[in-house]
Amino acid sequence: MTILVSKDTKVICQGITGRTATFHADRAIAYGTNLVGGVRPGKGGTKHLDLPVFDKVTDAMKETGADATMIFVPAANAADAMIEAIEAEIPLAVCVTERVPVLDMVRVKSALNGASTRLVGPNSQGILAPSICQIGVMSTVHAQPGPIGIVSRSASLTSEIVAQTSDVGLGQSMTIGIGGDPVHGMGFVDSLELLLADEDTAGIVLIGEIGGTEEEEAAEYLAANKIKKPVVALVAGVHAPSERRMGHAGTLSAFGRGDAASKIKALKSAGVIIASNAAIVGQTMADALKQ
Amino acid sequence: MNIHEYQAKEILARYGVPVPPGAIADTAEAAEAIVKDLDATRFAVKAQVHAGGRGKAGGVRLVATAQAARDAAKELLGKVLVTEQTGAEGRQIRKVYVEAAENIDRSLYTALFVDRQSGKIALIGAKVGGEDIEERAAKDPDVIGKVLLDLHGGSSAAMEEFAAWLDIPKALSSDAVSLFEGLHQAFSDLDASLIEINPLAITKDGRLVALDTKVTIDDNALARHPELADLRDDDELDPVELEAQSHDINFVRMDGNIGVAVNGAGLALATNDMLVDAGGNPANFMDIRTTATSLEISRGFDLLLNAPNLQAVLINIHGGGMTRCDTIAEALGIAMRRTGRKVPIVFRAAGNNADFARTVLKNCGITFTDARNMKDAVEHAVALAGGGKRT
Repeated sequence: MTILVSKDTKVICQGITGRTATFHADRAIAYGTNLVGGVRPGKGGTKHLDLPVFDKVTDAMKETGADATMIFVPAANAADAMIEAIEAEIPLAVCVTERVPVLDMVRVKSALNGASTRLVGPNSQGILAPSICQIGVMSTVHAQPGPIGIVSRSASLTSEIVAQTSDVGLGQSMTIGIGGDPVHGMGFVDSLELLLADEDTAGIVLIGEIGGTEEEEAAEYLAANKIKKPVVALVAGVHAPSERRMGHAGTLSAFGRGDAASKIKALKSAGVIIASNAAIVGQTMADALKQ
Repeated sequence: MNIHEYQAKEILARYGVPVPPGAIADTAEAAEAIVKDLDATRFAVKAQVHAGGRGKAGGVRLVATAQAARDAAKELLGKVLVTEQTGAEGRQIRKVYVEAAENIDRSLYTALFVDRQSGKIALIGAKVGGEDIEERAAKDPDVIGKVLLDLHGGSSAAMEEFAAWLDIPKALSSDAVSLFEGLHQAFSDLDASLIEINPLAITKDGRLVALDTKVTIDDNALARHPELADLRDDDELDPVELEAQSHDINFVRMDGNIGVAVNGAGLALATNDMLVDAGGNPANFMDIRTTATSLEISRGFDLLLNAPNLQAVLINIHGGGMTRCDTIAEALGIAMRRTGRKVPIVFRAAGNNADFARTVLKNCGITFTDARNMKDAVEHAVALAGGGKRT
């Protein structure tokens, strides 16, 4: 049993007629994702990639039975598209769009409050259950089914770690790109909760980076959780060039957390194995599973 | 996008935020004229650069006469100001803001930003403001108080309570609430990602005044604010990074000798970490976006190849989704044809069209070290740059 998706998940694409959306919808179909339709206001009743196009998410759900959506709507309208999906109560929404204004995400967060939809993203590479379902833009080249769950803030680094976990003969149960924006849907903690409970997942790779406090929150969650699985973490940005700052609020917002050292310390104390560099993550996980 | 103090004050004043009267000057004579027009006994001449820490660094001068204001402006204008937030290269002062100085009884701190965890707008504050606020908060987190606001504001009761927590006298409580409301309204109207008032002063004659203000606008929202476009000051940006931005490339200049290009910020950060750990010295940070064309990427390579101390180039690509390794190889081919510079290249490509990318480079006549994983790539680059772990 895979988390979040299955072979039967019916996926629609919001913004399907766009160039990037078309490219990735086509890729998803080729990969075996059960793409059943698209949404593009004003183009309802037409076809795109041989799929029916609807004006609204609710129409698409009613006609196709869709239970997941991937959102490729341009940044200016992405928040409205996410809110439409949330209000339609679609179980899973994955938003790929990058550069969504942060105050728009404040609106989306408030729509998510108490809602039944799980939102992944925005600025997410998507989710991939190898050979089962791909929703998003992530690389599938080196992915293969296996026991490792990967949760990540970075798309490119995920491609690298997916390849490494395949190279050491493991493969992936699920990879989740939670997205790189400050305010987003599902986070590390939500993902860990699913992956720890998933019987097809034997080990978890957490790919973090500097900024925010989600790694620290993940550490607190892992320390308190009863289910234990080997967790390997990589925190990128230990030697990041220092940003020019404007005032003090950036530092004060994280309350003394947020830098690489704080994240590594918190994760270590929660029993997480720290991969000291990006090249050894796959091998570190393989070693951890042997013990 | 950062804006200057004088711009921020002008905007916030429209939202009812009390600021001292003042005006902007780019000559000493203009500074003198402003003082003559102001009804006050003391004046502040403040360097306008996009960074904090100006007070400690000597960028703010208190004067009592028009002549002294003129002298202070003369000293400041054209000078390079180095503060704890500018980096070692500092910022050239092109303008000074001249305003009436207040008689301060107490200095507080307040700021608004988007709270990542809750996805709400955080209003934070401290009973004591000043440039050492971070050190004090690091020692004692309770120095900072926080209220979470919805996009459409918070209850005035919560703001009143916050004002009381800040020890703002009861007589000023309603002024404080309207100040907080004004800041919140400005934050949401401007699509700000930061508004900071430090210090927020209580004057001896019992008024609340925003003495210094910093405002940052969310870059992702600039498209819907054409009215804010004029506030941008390109003089405050690194010309190389500005050039990169115009080609949709995220480029940060550093002072090392290894030029680095990677697709995606996370992989770029991780590559940078490995380089530094191996004793290498990156000359830049360059993150190639998924949607970038070979021509755009080639402009990024132009900048990379221009670095003064360049000894080696490391390219680390993990192609996936829309990113194809051959697009980046083609871009490198274009840039190498444009530059006369000979520099050893380490090329690591994996994922989409990795083999084809190596063929493209060979067809361009580029010799390169063909690395097949990150560790090899980093080690080769460090060795070619003449660095390496000290033994």
